[in-house]
Amino acid sequence: MTELQILFTGLLVLLLAATIVAQVMDERRPSPAVDNLIARINSWWIMVLALALAFFLGRTAMVLLFTVASFNAMREFVTIAATRREDHLAVAAAFFLILPLQYFMVWMDWYGMFSIFIPVYAFLLMPIVAVVKGETENFLVRVASVQWALMIAVYCVSYVPVFLSLDISGFEGKNLLLIAFLILIVQLSDVLQYVWGKAIGRHKIAPRLSPSKTVEGFLGGVISATLIGAAMFWITPFTFWQAGLMALGISLMGFFGGLVMSAIKRDRGVKDWGDTIAGHGGFLDRLDSLVFAAPLFFHLTRFFWMTNL
Amino acid sequence: MRRLLAHIMAGAIVLFARTLTAVRGVWKGVAPAPMRRVYFANHTSNADFILLWAAIPPQYRRHTRPVAAADYWLKNKWRAFIGRDVVRGVLIDRNPETRTLDPVSQMAEATDAGASLIIFPEGLRNMTSEALLPFKTGLYHLATARPELELVPVWIENLNRVMPKGEIIPVPILCTVTFGAPLAYNEDKERFLQAAYDAVLALRPDTGDT
Repeated sequence: MTELQILFTGLLVLLLAATIVAQVMDERRPSPAVDNLIARINSWWIMVLALALAFFLGRTAMVLLFTVASFNAMREFVTIAATRREDHLAVAAAFFLILPLQYFMVWMDWYGMFSIFIPVYAFLLMPIVAVVKGETENFLVRVASVQWALMIAVYCVSYVPVFLSLDISGFEGKNLLLIAFLILIVQLSDVLQYVWGKAIGRHKIAPRLSPSKTVEGFLGGVISATLIGAAMFWITPFTFWQAGLMALGISLMGFFGGLVMSAIKRDRGVKDWGDTIAGHGGFLDRLDSLVFAAPLFFHLTRFFWMTNL
Repeated sequence: MRRLLAHIMAGAIVLFARTLTAVRGVWKGVAPAPMRRVYFANHTSNADFILLWAAIPPQYRRHTRPVAAADYWLKNKWRAFIGRDVVRGVLIDRNPETRTLDPVSQMAEATDAGASLIIFPEGLRNMTSEALLPFKTGLYHLATARPELELVPVWIENLNRVMPKGEIIPVPILCTVTFGAPLAYNEDKERFLQAAYDAVLALRPDTGDT
């Protein structure tokens, strides 16, 4: 079996076990919390199957999957953003021009362009499109909202398929494993923080931002995700210690990503970004930690491991 | 042929609305049911009834007809096809001086034939910064004429941001359609309309600023 097959088999076993445990809990003592758990696990099935399909079908499917994820994420972001009708054209450009172009360049592997397209070109284009309407009220907030929508929901998310373009000697043809490593660690870290928090969480770590996050959950989750990451070194180009450090970085960025996105939600008075993914909320509720972890993990890998920089 | 085309078109419109707005019906005070109803909602966009329509399960959607202005929907062939065949609108003449049919009896007849109705009691699209404009009296007269109808208040959220007046490109924004508990009839016209107005406004989500 290849590493990827082992990985997905492991995930299926894990999900199967979770499904059985949740069903047993539901029969013994049904409660809204158990219902939510079942909804979450069911959504995990769909997410894992979608990812497995993209992994199996290859590059184009992977780019398409994350194009769709970005579209949904940006729609959630813009929905609660402080835009006005004067920003309509800027928002339309973000959805129908910038987003497809970014993923097209990711697909054609044009690193020199997709890595600066949104931070430079779109960053400057958005205020220009907005200023033409001549509405000055809240101008900075409005423009920044659209720029943030693009950076968070499109630029950062598009880093995931970009791993397929890396050129690491001795690791040819196995770049999918880097994506698997990233997503696995980010999501495991989230899940484990939740589990540790539920099990032994006492002290709130950020009561104003995210009342359910605890110090115990944070430490337990990050440490266990780091250990799992180190133990997974055999699917990566890293050594045991390097893999552990990478996993630590991914978990920490994921944690802070969750806090930042939560601060935005609280400021705008919503609990979840949406309700497209049963039990989890919206796409951004599931992507928030990935958004912050993916670019860092990509650039660290590229900087230290890429053959011809 | 025309029926089939209308059917396909209806499906396409709903699919498009879904893709763009991921529209979701929130059934707060009432569940989808086969009984004859009058859904009365806030009105900020020409696409309001499409969204409301898309939020109703397909088996009831076919019998749910929007009440709309004849002068708008009969302006050209294309609009007439959408207004008359696709959404099967009950088209009323807004001008009391020229009209030959009474709008309230038109609506009552449609419900007698088994339809549920979608109406916008504000009478015109709300372009102001007010959340909701005062209601016209049609809802009251319809309720008086057909007391057996269930009157369901509805709030449509965010659609005006999808395509503000004067824009031609719709943008993807999440929309919700919230259905509230049926309104009780009241003989007192003023009180009835006020209660109807309050019932719609009460469904407005309290997030965001406008």
